[in-house]
Amino acid sequence: MLTLLFDGIAYGMLLFVLAVGLAITLGLMNFINLAHGAFAMAGGYVTVLLMNKLNVPFLATLPLAFLFTALVGAALERTLYRPMYSRPHLDQVLFSIGLVFMTVASVDYFIGSQQQIIQLPAWLQGRFDLAAVGIGKYRLFIVVVCALLTLALQAVLSRTRFGSRLRASVDDPRVAAGLGINVNRVFLLTFAVGSGLAGLGGALGAEVLGLDPTFPIKFMIYFLIVVSVGGTTTITGPLLAALLLGIADVFGKYYVPKLGAFIVYTLMIVILTLRPQGLFGRAATR
Amino acid sequence: MSAAPQSKVAASLAAQSRWKAWELALAALAVVSWWLLGEHALLANEVAILALFAVSLDLILGYAGIVSLGHAAFFGFGAYTAALFAKHVMPDPLVGMAVAVLAAALLGAVCSVLILRGSDLTRLMVTLGVALVFFELANKLDWLTGGTDGLQGVVMGPLLGRFEFDLYGRTAYAYSLVVLLVAMFIARRVVHSPFGVSLKALRDNRLRAMSIGLSVNARLAAVYTFAAALAGAAGALLAQTSGFASLDVFDFHRSADVLLVLVIGGTGYLYGGIFGAIAFKLLHDLISNWTTQYWGFWLGLFLVVLALVGRERLMKPWTWFRRSAT
Amino acid sequence: MTVVLETRSLVKRFGGITATSDVSLRVERGARHALIGPNGAGKTTLINLLTGVLEPSSGSIALDGVDITRIAPHQRVRRGVVRTFQINQLFNALTPLQSLALTVSARLGISAKWWQPLGRDARVVQACETLLRQFRLDDVMDQKVALLAYGKRRLLEIATAIASQPRVLLLDEPVAGVPEGERQEIFDTINALPDEVSVLLIEHDMDLVFNFARSVTVLVNGAVFAEGDVQSISTDPRVKAVYLGEGHG
Repeated sequence: MLTLLFDGIAYGMLLFVLAVGLAITLGLMNFINLAHGAFAMAGGYVTVLLMNKLNVPFLATLPLAFLFTALVGAALERTLYRPMYSRPHLDQVLFSIGLVFMTVASVDYFIGSQQQIIQLPAWLQGRFDLAAVGIGKYRLFIVVVCALLTLALQAVLSRTRFGSRLRASVDDPRVAAGLGINVNRVFLLTFAVGSGLAGLGGALGAEVLGLDPTFPIKFMIYFLIVVSVGGTTTITGPLLAALLLGIADVFGKYYVPKLGAFIVYTLMIVILTLRPQGLFGRAATR
Repeated sequence: MSAAPQSKVAASLAAQSRWKAWELALAALAVVSWWLLGEHALLANEVAILALFAVSLDLILGYAGIVSLGHAAFFGFGAYTAALFAKHVMPDPLVGMAVAVLAAALLGAVCSVLILRGSDLTRLMVTLGVALVFFELANKLDWLTGGTDGLQGVVMGPLLGRFEFDLYGRTAYAYSLVVLLVAMFIARRVVHSPFGVSLKALRDNRLRAMSIGLSVNARLAAVYTFAAALAGAAGALLAQTSGFASLDVFDFHRSADVLLVLVIGGTGYLYGGIFGAIAFKLLHDLISNWTTQYWGFWLGLFLVVLALVGRERLMKPWTWFRRSAT
Repeated sequence: MTVVLETRSLVKRFGGITATSDVSLRVERGARHALIGPNGAGKTTLINLLTGVLEPSSGSIALDGVDITRIAPHQRVRRGVVRTFQINQLFNALTPLQSLALTVSARLGISAKWWQPLGRDARVVQACETLLRQFRLDDVMDQKVALLAYGKRRLLEIATAIASQPRVLLLDEPVAGVPEGERQEIFDTINALPDEVSVLLIEHDMDLVFNFARSVTVLVNGAVFAEGDVQSISTDPRVKAVYLGEGHG
């Protein structure tokens, strides 16, 4: 059972890295970006293509996946997303669903719809036992990398000037702009980093979650659960929500495979009904 | 009513709910279409079902302002109820329809509790979640629903005891058309009633609505139930006219498609679902003729352009390249 | 004199800030009562508490002796506690006629009717005719509210409140932003209200206050600073001191 717990934690941390960008952009720009999963998918495909076509070592593909998706995110933010910030949520939903459909169809066309296989480097394969817990090496790797990323994020947010600017802009963009903070630049950088993290998550998760063109649609609901249950005002909220989700999903699929994802969805509905602002969020002001 | 002239106020209020010429023309056209569209009856049937589904979404989206990504939950529930009823209880379509509508309305009433609180995102998530739960349920309860194979062996009895559902779809189209017309008639009265106007009001300014004594929650629950009933009717039509129900009725793409249909046709004036359904089906057919597999890409592109240009401006091409006012 | 609306030790805290501090207020039947005080004194917060938009941290509110502290905002309106907003809160997508027709329907208890068209009821038509004429809105009755001039919007704001036939009318700066020449007209309408209606008015314009009000409560930093009839308040040196540097409005 502890093995399951560990797997659940690994899954949860991965979900966190994937979804944290979405949480921040939602909290910052009040923008419902259902296309967030597409960035994750892009990162996954970057890794797969670099490894399989260009023989780039796995570890090296990770920062490249991050950079690529961050750049794409920055470009899209500047051109397509920015005009959409002030629009009603319905339009944002339509817009981002449209992007998802476009990316899914494009990937299907150019690369094909089959599952992508990655060959992990030898030192990441296999598992070992620690006390009663079976620890997969790759899952351990994921936990370590994601934990480091989380700490780095937390440090950036609370210790750096950019972090303060970001927090100010999340709190109240107009006042932040009035204080001389270049809110546009904050948005751009945040969106880029958020997308980059999603891409990195997609790269890390390709082996664990599977990678095919339907990835954004399959996992969109999970990212949205993390964000809506975790709230958008803190980092720890989505982190805890992601861990909860990861553990619930792993346990659910193991102990009650008949019900599968049903448990997760029902849990989400119950939580959101009792606390519409999420488990850890502030009450919605908009 | 006396012989005294109607005051301006009374006249203005009456004018808002009176049948406009184009509405009557549209209704007449719809009736006549059964004869005109003879060979395309199957396609026309699909359009009528989609139109009803979209109009039901308009009630909660265009009138009450609830963004739902899971309206297919009620569509699918109506479909499976009708199919299971025909298979296990009684093959009469009209009784089955009544049962399905009632069942969907009940489900809507129960789910309406979930959409009362929270932000747009919360409601989006909850509605999406409900549809996904039903998809999973239908999937797992395969002894009842047939699972991924779908519910087989649904044989519908003749309509009104006389009209068999034939392969050409003529009976089907007539049936769907009548249901659609009846639903539109009812919805129209609701929309012009004090209740209907109060929905628009509470969508416009919830604080103000409360401040004139309107109970927001009760109204939202009522319209959600009504919309669920109509969506269930649409689902029942699909099941009954095709003699089949599958997981597809709960699928996300149904909820997304119907949202798109309504957005194309325009929200908030009740007929958007009809125009949107016609446009959507035509578009779908057109694009499928060029590229069967990648319909998704063009649909996505259309959505992106639609969102960027702005839904209201889509119908006015001369505003496309002017800077938006916002 | 019967007390129609009363608060007992009403307190409202937002985090570390006490916006309303132990306010015990009495509004008598037929009152013409003004609520004044410097900016940030908590006047609008008090109105929000009275109407139920905000929940008090402690204390109670009673209408005709019945405790309404836990009663929902829309229910309080049905019992006759009606307010106007300092910043217009209107139905921008509707027309003035529709807004008033809806409000009157709500007052008559027929706003949930789903089969009859709005305005079919003759009582609704009559009430709307009167209101539109009274507030000089008949020439714009079919225009979208979003497109109306500010003065007309302000008139509609007040007309909407009157349409609910309030027993207790809470006016939050009714003439805010209205040009001098049009202010008196609004006040004439308020003055013409039946004697049984109790009016609580937040206002900065002292001339209007002294013309209209018979009694005054002065609120400072969320607490009742002074209270009394309009004569004694207008000559109270402490009240003048509190307003020093504030000037008019």
